[in-house]
Amino acid sequence: MPDGAAPVLDVRGLKTVFRTRRGEVHAVNTVSFHLERGELLGVVGESGSGKSVTMMSLIGLLPSPPAEIRQGQVMLGDQDLLKISADALRDVRGAKVGFVFQDPMTSLNPVFNVGFQIMEPLRRHMGLSKAEATDRAVELLELVGIPDARKRLGDYPHQFSGGMRQRVMIAIALACDPDVLIADEPTTALDVTIQAQILELVKELRQKLGMAIIWITHDLGVIAGIADRVMVMYGGQVVEQAPVKELFGNPQHPYTRALLKTIPSLTGARAERLQVIEGQPPILTAEPTACSFRARCPHAFARCGTENPARRAIGSGSVGHGHDVACHWTPEVAHA
Amino acid sequence: MLDETATPLVQVSNLKMYFPIYSGVMRLRSGEVKAVDGVSFDIYRGETLGLVGESGCGKSTVGRALLRLYDPTGGSVVIDGEDIATLSAKALRKKRPTMQMVFQDPQASLNPRMTLAAIISEPLVEHTDWTAERRLERVFELMDAVGLNRAFANRFPHEFSGGQRQRIGIARALALNPKFIVCDEPIAALDVSIQAQVVNLLEDLQAKLGLTYLFISHDLSMVRHIADRVAVMYLGRIAELSPRDALFSNPLHPYAEALLSAVNEPDPNRARRPRIILKGDVPSPANPPQGCNFCTRCPKAFARCHVEKPALREVEPGRQVACFLYEPTNPAGSTGSAEATEHLQHGVSQ
Repeated sequence: MPDGAAPVLDVRGLKTVFRTRRGEVHAVNTVSFHLERGELLGVVGESGSGKSVTMMSLIGLLPSPPAEIRQGQVMLGDQDLLKISADALRDVRGAKVGFVFQDPMTSLNPVFNVGFQIMEPLRRHMGLSKAEATDRAVELLELVGIPDARKRLGDYPHQFSGGMRQRVMIAIALACDPDVLIADEPTTALDVTIQAQILELVKELRQKLGMAIIWITHDLGVIAGIADRVMVMYGGQVVEQAPVKELFGNPQHPYTRALLKTIPSLTGARAERLQVIEGQPPILTAEPTACSFRARCPHAFARCGTENPARRAIGSGSVGHGHDVACHWTPEVAHA
Repeated sequence: MLDETATPLVQVSNLKMYFPIYSGVMRLRSGEVKAVDGVSFDIYRGETLGLVGESGCGKSTVGRALLRLYDPTGGSVVIDGEDIATLSAKALRKKRPTMQMVFQDPQASLNPRMTLAAIISEPLVEHTDWTAERRLERVFELMDAVGLNRAFANRFPHEFSGGQRQRIGIARALALNPKFIVCDEPIAALDVSIQAQVVNLLEDLQAKLGLTYLFISHDLSMVRHIADRVAVMYLGRIAELSPRDALFSNPLHPYAEALLSAVNEPDPNRARRPRIILKGDVPSPANPPQGCNFCTRCPKAFARCHVEKPALREVEPGRQVACFLYEPTNPAGSTGSAEATEHLQHGVSQ
């Protein structure tokens, strides 16, 4: 992880709201984070915690209406992605920011062969001729480990297995050498042995290409194996952020702690009973004025109900760099 | 474990479930998908047997064939002394209350037009001659048992969260006091924090009601938590069937070993077992490889594996493995790893 250099991506105070017939849903509430060059940032959270919506907001993938980005700044290099036109944004998507979606079955177009789908961004963004694009497509398929690449360009998505389709998706996302790759639960739909293959592939590609990756998942095991830094989201907010070893070794937010305890381990002692987080995730119908975890939190006290905690740094460093947490509770509170 | 655990509640032997493939203009039968191809195991009373494997390995088909939601192609399933596979429709119907199922997707397995009370009492309407009041009383009892508020009885499934819906599915399965429940990926569709709630509930109910579970899952760490013994399936066959602790500390079958090594441990600070990356994908069950089903991906495969199918046999007390590396007559010393040889010798000395 290079220090000092400007981050590839810098997001500040992002707010996304969905307007529905039953009122507003505040899916993303003032989310700020950055991504260093060559770094892999893991984003963890339950369904509905706003992790996917945050990433889709960045590059204008949410249909509007109902989605509306209320506030924020998304700096990719020196460009604010929220301010540029739809056309300019189209040049960013696919060229500078690649996206891999969760379900490889539905994110490829079944009526085009995979060669066409890989070549599409190459021709659109890089202006390659058909022959050049074909060569590059073969190169990409070989890069992601699909044997017999040139022959398979003419195959359709249904002729590939799940793991192979996800490799094709990764090839498409990598086609134009993006600075940032956003992977939204890329291995969730895959079996463990295939997931292991894809994780190895991503590690290998990172070393070869040096791009920055945002990896969204709810699987803490995957995060532990692959991420440099982790951001935990809950109720549309970042509740904790830390380097991966620090987060697993010294979790601060009660939600992170509980989450780590609910997962049974494959090695080590086997607990008689699983720890549970009682209750349900919050429904975000209004802008939070209190901590959204308080109803499920074992440490909640008066202040949690009146003030939404801001992120504060743990130890040395500042918010966003090093370790930070959005929680009022400290050991001192317990003694007071 | 008590004496009564000595007789298995469920005895499955050589269960086969083939699905026909029709092709051509005449829709002629041109082959079959061998979803389950000769599976045998016992489940003891009060026990939880975990059934793990990748998608398409046939684990859900086993679960469904066990309750005869499919008519098995061959083999027998003896539950509490009666062979389910050959029972007449009428006798099977009488048998149904003793065996129930909890499905994977609580969204799809609950009728959206029925209230919670109607869903849970439906099995009672089918199988008992109780009055409406008595049924409602039982519904309330069940709702208490699975931790649903009685006030919700007249609500519809869409008003509940995923975890609550799964509780409704469990309450329905419990309505007739079954002895045996097949849980088909009951937590796969739930969030991590909710999964633990449902698993704890299943364990509590087992302790209270003496239930026997077949717990089908692809989540190995959850299976390690809940199961007493674990069967690992690959392409329609059981690769290994071992007690939980033995399997997780020392998997014998090369597939079980690779599967366990592929799971991500949620702690970067802990040393992990070396990862075995399997090459390629699972072959199609319509066209399984000759010889051992796993031979196309097995890092330890040798000549014999490509010719003959290994049978599931006991290699250590309580541990069954379908692999030639553990055949006593096999000169595997030169082909297997040092570790495999060691087990082999162990097996011989028994």
